[in-house]
Formats: sequence, C-alpha cells, structure tokens
Amino acid sequence: MTASKNNKVSTGIDRRGVLKGGAAAAGAALGSGVLGAPMIWAQTIRDITLNQAGPSYSVISDITAQASADLGFTINPQVVDTGSLMAKVVNQPETVDIADLEFFGLQKVYRSGNIRPVEIDRIARWDQMTPLMRDGKSFDGSALSEQGTLPFKVIYTDDASSTNFAPEATGFTTCVPTIYNADTLGIRTDLVERDVTSWGDLFSPDFEGRTALVNIPQIGIMDAAMAMEALGLATYGNKGNMTQAEIDVTIDKLIELKKAGHFRAFWSTFDESVNLMAAGEVVIQSMWSPAVTAVRARGLACVYQGLQEGYRGWGLGMSLMSHLDDMKRDAAIDYINWCLDGWQGAFVGRQGYYSSVPETALAAMTENERGYWYEGKKATETILDPYGAVMEEAGRARDGGSIQERMGNIACWNTVMDEDRYMIRRWNEFISS
Amino acid sequence: MSGSKLVPYVQAAPLAIIMFTMVGIPLITVLVISFWDSDGISLYPMFRWENYTEILSRGLVYDLFLKTFIYAAITLVLTILIGFTCSYFLVFHVKNLKWQIALLLLCTVPFWTSNIIRMVSWIPFLGREGLFNSTLIQMGLIDAPLDFLLYSDFAVILTYVHLFALFMLVPIFNSMAKINPNLIEAAQDAGAGSWMILRDIIIPLSRTGIALGSIFVLTLVMGDFFVVRVMSGGQSASVVSAMKNNIDQLYYPQASAMAIMLIAVVLLIVAAILRVVDIRSELAK
Repeated sequence: MTASKNNKVSTGIDRRGVLKGGAAAAGAALGSGVLGAPMIWAQTIRDITLNQAGPSYSVISDITAQASADLGFTINPQVVDTGSLMAKVVNQPETVDIADLEFFGLQKVYRSGNIRPVEIDRIARWDQMTPLMRDGKSFDGSALSEQGTLPFKVIYTDDASSTNFAPEATGFTTCVPTIYNADTLGIRTDLVERDVTSWGDLFSPDFEGRTALVNIPQIGIMDAAMAMEALGLATYGNKGNMTQAEIDVTIDKLIELKKAGHFRAFWSTFDESVNLMAAGEVVIQSMWSPAVTAVRARGLACVYQGLQEGYRGWGLGMSLMSHLDDMKRDAAIDYINWCLDGWQGAFVGRQGYYSSVPETALAAMTENERGYWYEGKKATETILDPYGAVMEEAGRARDGGSIQERMGNIACWNTVMDEDRYMIRRWNEFISS
Repeated sequence: MSGSKLVPYVQAAPLAIIMFTMVGIPLITVLVISFWDSDGISLYPMFRWENYTEILSRGLVYDLFLKTFIYAAITLVLTILIGFTCSYFLVFHVKNLKWQIALLLLCTVPFWTSNIIRMVSWIPFLGREGLFNSTLIQMGLIDAPLDFLLYSDFAVILTYVHLFALFMLVPIFNSMAKINPNLIEAAQDAGAGSWMILRDIIIPLSRTGIALGSIFVLTLVMGDFFVVRVMSGGQSASVVSAMKNNIDQLYYPQASAMAIMLIAVVLLIVAAILRVVDIRSELAK
C-alpha cells in the first residue's frame, strides 16, 4: 500500500513538472506566476489533503483521483448538493477546502467572508478563459443576458479581503469558473405526439399529468417564468430578479395548474428526474443534461430540446476557503490550474458540460468528440460518456447544436433573487397546495 | 440521613445529564434561534415574534398541519386495524408460545432492510408502467394505467402504513399477551358472546398497547418529510418538509419557529393520549 502510494507520488511529481513546463512554455506572463510560486517540498506535499466539496456533476472521484496522481497530493471529493454546500461554507467552513459553488450559490454566501479570493495572476490560463465567463460577453463580443446571476457579476472582487463583488474585471477572483451549460427541457420524443418548440409547452394541456418541475425553488420558478413569458401570461422586468407581484403571478398560475392535476411530480435529485423520465411517468420536464444522457443510455428516446425562447444558463467555479494555510492554498491553486489544463475539461465535456478553457478541453478530446460536443456536428462514430457507456450513435448531432448556438442563446441565468425569502415562502405554498 | 436523600438524585444524574446535553441544549438553541432574524446567511440575535407571526398569518401553515394530521389520522386508523387484528390472531388463535414468537418474528422480517429500500421498492411496483398497472392492463381489467397509485396521497399513506405498522403491532401484542386467559373463560362461562368479550375485555385491556403504538406512529408521521417527498413525487408537503425547505435555503430562524410549533402540537397530542390512558400505571401492572 505504502509502496504503491510512493510510486504514485513520484510519478505524480514528474508529471506535474511536465505540466508546469508546458504551462510555462505556453506564455511568458503565466511563467512568472508558476516560477514565483513558493517551493513545496516533495515530502510535505504528500501529506496535503484537500477536501473539494460540490455537486455530483462537478466533484467527481475520477477527476480527483487523476489530479491526485498528477499533482502528488490528495484531493478528497465530497459530493454535496448546492444547498448543503452553501450551508457548509457559511456554518462549517473548516470542513471544506475547495468549494465548487454554483454562481448563484456563490452570490448568496460570498459575503460570509469564509471564501478568500484568488489573485488572478496565479491562474495560468485565465487569459484563455472563455469570454462568457471572463468578460461576461458572448462569442461575438455582444452582451449576454443579464437576467439572473451573470457569472461575470460575481467572479470579481476588489481586493483580497473584500466581501463584495466588483462590477468590473479586477485582479482578484472569487472563484475560478470551471464548468457551465445551457439548460432546457427534457422531452420523451417517443411519448409526445407533437413537436415541442417553446417553453410554453411546459404548461400545455397536451401534457397534462405528464409534466414535472424541479423542486429547487430558485430554478423551478425560472423554468415556470420562461413558460409564463412564452405563453404571454406574464411579462417580467427581470426574470432573474422578480418583484413580489411577479412572483405572485407566477406562483398563482403554478398553483392553479397543480390543482388541475397538470404536474405528475416535483423532483429534487438527479436520479429522481432520470427515473421519472425513464419510467414514462413524465414526458416533459426540467432536466439536467447528463440526466437526459442517462435516460438515453437506457435506449429510450429522450432529447434535450432547444426551445425558441432560449436557454437557462448556469455554471460553477472553484472557490478557496479562507482557512487554508499558505501551503494548502498553493496546492489548491495548483489543482485549479490543473483543472484548466484540459483533462478535467474533456472529462466533464463528455457529460455534456462546457469547460471554462475550451481550448485545452478540446485539445484533450478526439476530433469526433469535439465535433459532437462543441461544434454541433454529426458524430462520425459512437460517442462514449466518460465511463465508456454509449451515449450516441454515429450520425446524430447534439441537441441544440454547437456551443455558440447553445451558450449564445441564454435567456436567463440561475440566480438568487432579492425577494428570495418571499419567493421560497410562496414556493412552499405551491408545493403544499 | 441527608445521604439517603441524595441517593435518588445521584442515580438519576447520568440520565439527566445526557438528556440535558443531548436534548435540552439543542431544544433551547432551537427555541432561542426561533426569535432571531436571518437574511439567508447571517443570524441576527434579537427577540422578535415575526417568525411566528409570519408563519401564523399565512394559510400555508394551517394547510400543512391539516395535511399532516390527515396523513397521521388515516395511518393511525389503518395501523391500529392491522396491528390489532394481527395481535388478536397471534395471541388468541396461535396458542403455542413458540409459534407465537416465530410468527411475530416473521412480522419483523421486512424491517431487516432499511426504511428507504422498503419505501423505494413501491415505486417500480406502483408506477404508470409498473408491475401492478401492467398486470391489470394485461388482464384486461383497465384500459389506461391508474395514476393515483404513485405520486399521490394514496402512495404516501400506503408507505406509512407499511413502514410503521410494526410499531403498532408490537405494543398491542405485548398488552394483549398479558390478558389472563381465565378472564376470557370466565366471561364465556358467564354467557358473553365473542363480540362482547372483544368489546368489554380485550379492547379495554389492550388500550395501553394501542396508546403506546399511537404515540410511536403519530410522532413518526408528524416528523416525516422524506416519505412525503418521495412517494408524493414532491406533490405534497408536510410540516417538516416545509421546514426542510427553509433549512436548505439557510433560513434557520423560520425553520426553528416551525419546529417549535410542531413540537408544541405533538406534545399536546401525546398529552391528550396520556390523559385518556395512564400508560405508566398500566405498564406497572
């Protein structure tokens, strides 16, 4: 056991040296950052253990195992949902070293002061980061939707000790963005009798009793608002920050629909959403991308349908907790830099998520995978998920098309509203009505 | 003399200390926090009734309590029926003690696996494309699957009864087994019919068990959120599931206020049961 661990560590350090070398060669500006990092002795590096906590789609043991092997210290994955992670960051910060918080979660808990910003010049590939995250701009430089929590609004802060967000880019980041995606509705195409093109179909009588919503209030109400707006039942100043009156209109409609038996279920966990869809209980519902994948992996026709009103965007980044000592913090920053080097980006890419540094992620994928996942091209051969299961047969293209078509068409972002407390109270009324 | 007076206190001290640290302090904390304010991150110590008035001024909490009461009442009736009939069978029809014990153990077999597995195993059975519906359709009894079987109040109560029936069965069995057979024989000799024996002897003498079982079942149902969430498919909420929503969103004071109200209501119910049946003196018999 000890021997194999030593082996692992020694190869890890070699590979890490290679990675560092590669990073240094990649750009002069980042070279200084790497070389300027304090020297960590091989002996003590092995003793470092970092607890990375976050949702199951981001904190994955295969990734932490690979990183531990490459970097020579241990990254311990802790899977917790965003709600619990927010509570941990606020109430038990010492149980987490690296927090993978969704941007809306970060927006809520950052002011607790338990997260310490990272100096951007220590992130080697910050310059290669997608403008969606780094600049808050779309691919062609146009503005992104600012409804909800636009990542750009929460990833910068003024200085190392500030607990506020900076409105413009600064030298300090509250979290290093890693993954993001465009969410839409999942549809069982074999069980719906017609084409689904609009968010309004979520409320369509055609699917009465066969519809589900996610029971995460902040996200569920957003999906409902997309449907309300599409049907012309309501107009919102900002779906990402509703007024009490707007919340009331939305919830009242939801209650009316629920009483009429429109919804089959409200799911809270990933597997619930998969089972609802796979068992045919539901034919149209809020869904995450890998959940659609999981249904399809069972040989059922399920699509992640792009809709005319656009997508609901989300993403997350890695934040470092304030309690980390210098050595752990250096190790954690090494790990963040490792995550942006491509292996992690390709891994999550095979689950349908985009990497914040697409360049390296794409380089770590095959041409077929690049074409399918990022470029909207038809698969030239079978597409496998990160664990080797068949995801897609040759000849099919990704639902919604390329990253530009999908991420360029974000209508709103997952968020926490100013009227959050009121909204949650009303949501509770809806669920128990 | 003073030493002998102290002895009972010393004897009670270990339990008292454990109860105070493990139950008392957390409860006091919940009570205190229920008066605080929160913005979803920080807690602001203060004394204000707003968490309570906010909850009480909205219809939600009454609906939740009503819903929870309905679940509890139906579950109670069904578990008493099942628990009583099973015990009756075990005690009065199975005369052999070995068989009695063997059959009672048999009742506990499902409890050897976890609650969650027993609950979740209903889902593929009751679902729209589940075993039950597809069997009925194949037999030609129904044309379309029965939706009410899953993600409904029916599913929630079915699961409660399944999960909690044993908590009713065992106490009732226990008090029924204590009934002196001579008493029943005497009643028969005096000309009582079996219905009269049941009404005037067996039910009154089993009431300790029924009361104990009721306390178990009521507190279990009133404190549940997981069964409601999973089996109603998130369609229904209980008092605790609303609390859980508040906790998930870091609104601890609101959740605490709900918790205090729930504790008060459950205490009232238990007190009412104890008023009807003096469990302590009955158990001492």
